[in-house]
Amino acid sequence: MCGIVGLFLKDPALEPELGRLTAGMLATMSDRGPDSAGFAVYAAGQPGQTKLTVRSTSPLAAEELSVAVEAAFSGVQTVLHDTHVVISIPDQEIEALIKWLEREVPEAEIVGRGTRMEIFKEVGLPSSVAQRFGLATMSGTHAIGHTRMATESAVTTDGAHPYSTGTDQCLVHNGSLSNHNNLRRELKREGLHFETENDTEVAAGYLTWRMREGLSLGDALKVGLDDLDGFYTFVVGTENGFGVLRDGIACKPAVMAETDQYVAFGSEYRVLATLPGIEHARVWEPEPATVYFWER
Amino acid sequence: MPEVDLGVTPLRELNAALHRLTPETNERHWVIDHPAGRHAIAAGLNVPVTIEINGPVGYYCAGMNKYATVLINGSAGVGVAENMMSGFVHVTGDASQSAGATGRGGLLRIDGNASSRCGISMKGIDIVVKGSVGHMSAFMAQAGNLVVFGDAGDSLGDSIYEARLFVRGSVKSLGADCVEKEMRDEHKRAIHQVLTQAGFDGEVDPSEFKRYGSARRLYHFHVDHAEEY
Repeated sequence: MCGIVGLFLKDPALEPELGRLTAGMLATMSDRGPDSAGFAVYAAGQPGQTKLTVRSTSPLAAEELSVAVEAAFSGVQTVLHDTHVVISIPDQEIEALIKWLEREVPEAEIVGRGTRMEIFKEVGLPSSVAQRFGLATMSGTHAIGHTRMATESAVTTDGAHPYSTGTDQCLVHNGSLSNHNNLRRELKREGLHFETENDTEVAAGYLTWRMREGLSLGDALKVGLDDLDGFYTFVVGTENGFGVLRDGIACKPAVMAETDQYVAFGSEYRVLATLPGIEHARVWEPEPATVYFWER
Repeated sequence: MPEVDLGVTPLRELNAALHRLTPETNERHWVIDHPAGRHAIAAGLNVPVTIEINGPVGYYCAGMNKYATVLINGSAGVGVAENMMSGFVHVTGDASQSAGATGRGGLLRIDGNASSRCGISMKGIDIVVKGSVGHMSAFMAQAGNLVVFGDAGDSLGDSIYEARLFVRGSVKSLGADCVEKEMRDEHKRAIHQVLTQAGFDGEVDPSEFKRYGSARRLYHFHVDHAEEY
């Protein structure tokens, strides 16, 4: 089943509320996905600095990682969120940091990279996952979240969404892809690396590859309609934008709402029911095989 | 007149109370507030009462309805009035996919648009949509009338049996074995009757609709197709 939520703010006055609203939406989607949850928040960024979200094996290990990385690199800042550490580092040192992480803490996983994007995901009920990471206190311009009911692969943190598709880009998915094994083999030949047997990671890898070959995210999603076989509703986040795509059959649910203050996505209307001004929002279902995209 | 606030009363409590009603009940008109998209509100009714719901409902609202009138002042999620047996369900907003799915009788009226698969496998229900219907509507429809004031999406009436489909606007494409058919007087009378029941008496001219139905080419195995399997 799985649940997706997304909130893209147009009104800067709501930015301090982003985390609180997203946490509420995510908790509502527990019914559709009690196995694991994750979310990407587009928070404030600094020019010349890259943020790396690194997932460690435990809160204690995350704390040790944070101390070690601050000792090894001058000019880094770390923020701890339970098992995750968000490391801010000058752009020119990012490759050295990645090599250092691979060598010194091979068990740690880089889950996201970008100027603004931070990604958090763990196994457990969505409300407790959101609480562990302190989602309700986060602010930003947009966020996408996912609650997972595992079908294609095991209940692990690696199998939790969102998946990063590139710098400041990520993807969440409701549905199941039928041709992910074949596509994974083809993408591996193109040099892509996969951590899991998960179908969504393949969709994320596919978009990464298409964009590497020069397509825009919108065009990559469009050609994906031919190459990705299966049922899906995708919600994608970029540094300044937020997009939605449903497959041509569109049996996976999707409801959207738009007001002067925000664009919101939910797998069900219940997700949107508590948003401010929802009673006057334009509420609609996105059309199948149609790319929707908002930017600010 | 019982009034139930779903922001306070648990949904299961409401549905249990509705299921306890007998045909002789004096509580014949219920008002439900703050549905907030909750699922299966007023599903499984079995008595001739009226339920008025103020706000948007979630999945399967008024599913399996028998005898009751359910008025939804708002939009409805997936499968509103699915498998309805009799009675009347009226949605003043839009309906999500599979509205009136597998319905065997009664009348479903949707004032806004209905999403994909409206009337999928309908088996005798009448459905009136003031707006448009999405793709794969009336898929494998078996009996009943689907009347659409607006347009129909892709593959209308795919693999249809004997349901009658009436569309006033455009049809994006017809599904397998669904064809446009001649509008005879009996069909205009059928539209008139359904519209009158739905509360549109005299508002719409039945002759503005086109009729679609089964070409009946899929009813029997055709030996020429043997090698296609």
